[in-house]
Amino acid sequence: MQLSFKKHPAATLVPTTSLADLLPGRQAVIVELDLPGELATRLMTLGFVPGNTVALVRTAPGGDPLVFRVDGAELALRRDTAQQIRIDSESISPLEEP
Amino acid sequence: MLSGSTPGARSVAPGEQSAPKTAPVRSRPRLVAIVGPPNSGKSTLFNRLTGLRQKVANYPGVTVEQRVGRVKFPGARGEVELIDLPGIYTLEPRSEDERVTCSVLRGEMPSLPKPDGVILILDSTNLARHLVLAAPILSLGLPTIIVLNMADALRERGGQIDVAALASQLGAPVALVSASKGEGLEPVYEFLTGQFGVPAPSELPVIHDVPRCREWAMRLGQRARYHPPAPPVWTRRLDALFLHPVYGVVIFAVVVVLVFQVIFSGAQPLMDAVDAFVQWSGQQLKASLPESAWRDLLLEAFWGGAGSVIVFLPQILLLFLFIGILEDSGYMARAALIADRTMARVGLQGKSFIPLLSAYACAVPAIMATRTIEDKRDRLATILIAPFMTCSARLPVYTLIIAAFLPNRPLLGPFLWTRTAAMLGLYVLGFLAAVATARLLKSSILKSEPIPFVLELPPYRWPTVQSLGLRLLDRARVFLRRVGTVILSVSVVLWLLAHLPLLEGRFPPIEQSLAGTLGRTIEPVIQPLGFNWKIGIGLISSLAAREVIVGTLGTIYGIQGDESSASLQAALRQDLSQAGAVALLVFYAFAMQCISTIAVVRRETGGWRWPAIQFVYMTGLAYISAFIAYQVVSWANG
Repeated sequence: MQLSFKKHPAATLVPTTSLADLLPGRQAVIVELDLPGELATRLMTLGFVPGNTVALVRTAPGGDPLVFRVDGAELALRRDTAQQIRIDSESISPLEEP
Repeated sequence: MLSGSTPGARSVAPGEQSAPKTAPVRSRPRLVAIVGPPNSGKSTLFNRLTGLRQKVANYPGVTVEQRVGRVKFPGARGEVELIDLPGIYTLEPRSEDERVTCSVLRGEMPSLPKPDGVILILDSTNLARHLVLAAPILSLGLPTIIVLNMADALRERGGQIDVAALASQLGAPVALVSASKGEGLEPVYEFLTGQFGVPAPSELPVIHDVPRCREWAMRLGQRARYHPPAPPVWTRRLDALFLHPVYGVVIFAVVVVLVFQVIFSGAQPLMDAVDAFVQWSGQQLKASLPESAWRDLLLEAFWGGAGSVIVFLPQILLLFLFIGILEDSGYMARAALIADRTMARVGLQGKSFIPLLSAYACAVPAIMATRTIEDKRDRLATILIAPFMTCSARLPVYTLIIAAFLPNRPLLGPFLWTRTAAMLGLYVLGFLAAVATARLLKSSILKSEPIPFVLELPPYRWPTVQSLGLRLLDRARVFLRRVGTVILSVSVVLWLLAHLPLLEGRFPPIEQSLAGTLGRTIEPVIQPLGFNWKIGIGLISSLAAREVIVGTLGTIYGIQGDESSASLQAALRQDLSQAGAVALLVFYAFAMQCISTIAVVRRETGGWRWPAIQFVYMTGLAYISAFIAYQVVSWANG
């Protein structure tokens, strides 16, 4: 699997943080998936793709897994998976939708 | 090998598909595959199109069941065969489901010809993500119709799409439908009866490049003036409650207890009714037939053997009704989410929770319920540990032995009595064995390649009566077929073993029958556990189903089999020491004595390998644990 897909062109230029560190009710742009190729492709197919905006809607009771809104759908990932996804820390903004 | 599409149809441009032409003479109906991402409504559309004219097909070597059904039309193209394939996000074979779908679509499934056409079903409220799948499907070059489902939800939430524009971009017919309400299906029928044309999309991306595919889908959406619907407000509100840190957990607990209660005690009156009917019809039959060996066989093997299993039908249907409501409404995904953290500790995941819970009623429906787990290894691990859960068939055995050997005394004041404590202890024992086995499996042979836990939370929907009804009918059919085949034949074999060879033209006493000989043969093996040959016969007969031992012991002692019967308890005390009784309980907690479970594991895993491993493992564990229990208790008793 080509690694270049997993990285946004600006990946090396922006300060990044982990998707797991996003607070509920905030959204950010994905920069890079720090995961093995197959896994990354699977997540990208689901919308966790560099350049796309994802929002943390809520967490499951107990704080794990995390529920994200991607392309209008809600998807849950475990915290340890989300930790491997880098987001642009300057792109973090409050979620606009109600 | 049959050709992929109708000859002569390859040059037909899209839009001309419904043009009337003379239909070629075909030896079999056209085969059309329904493909789509999980939760896009494949099965709903399948059920809608086929109604009840479906058969459940189980292809050899495949762990996933595919359903094949027929749609009948008047006229020359009278019949189309539909196949409902597992949900996929991409056409790259990564998971078992995707492998199945890919090989069917490429015509590589040995038992199935290559499909003549494809119905690609996508969720119209989720098109940004779902449209991506159109790229690899269209590049297969099979005649395809794109069905955009959930038209009603799209409309209600203010979304829009220009179907004609999308069709011209994709070069294939597009239909906007609501499969659950049956609206907008005319183009699908037209596609199925019309001349199949190969899709001619205006452009296709490199299908292995995910970002490019997404851009392509995005562009298509823009050109088709796709306006995504507003977020589902009610789903947001309900999730705030159902996933609330406190209320969410409370509601989850209430749902779990309710399911448990219903399948456990709520089903009792219905099961009693079925039981009464079986008994009554047996009596009628007995009265109406002349006394003969055939009558005994009919009554004892058919009515007594298979009949005692039919009794579980209401319980199984109720369980599946619950599972159906939970799944169709969307709550199941939330329950899996809440359970995931706890299940992760034993190396499993949230989706294993409901099957394991239902295994407390019966491992058979529980193993069937593991179909909701996409990860094959997790599914297999769940299948392998489910029979450790204390199923209701163990209860008669536990009740009999505990009542025979343990005087009922208050243990913790008036709250906990010794017998209740013993019963609870056995529940805990089974649970611990399941957890330990799960850990063992997940850290060794079933160690997952790191497939992430990804759970889609679909919007809440009202379950429809039709969908629930079809589900129950399907389950009832599967269950009854098994009762009629496997369980019936085992019952007959056991009956013959207990009644042959004939002595002077009469049935032998049990100790001289083949079963008795068998019991004596295995006696040396089970002696270290404190069991004699009579218990041995019980163990052999309860291979059919655990509770059968109660009836068998009754037969051996010449007592009417009834677990509360004082005389049976007294007879048992003659043959079994206290240590032997403990060993017997431990043995029943762990051993896989259930033909139905073995049969269903074989069916769900597609071969004899896993049921064989499971049987050896569980029986081995049961034997060793019972041996240790017997030796320890004997030693403690001096």
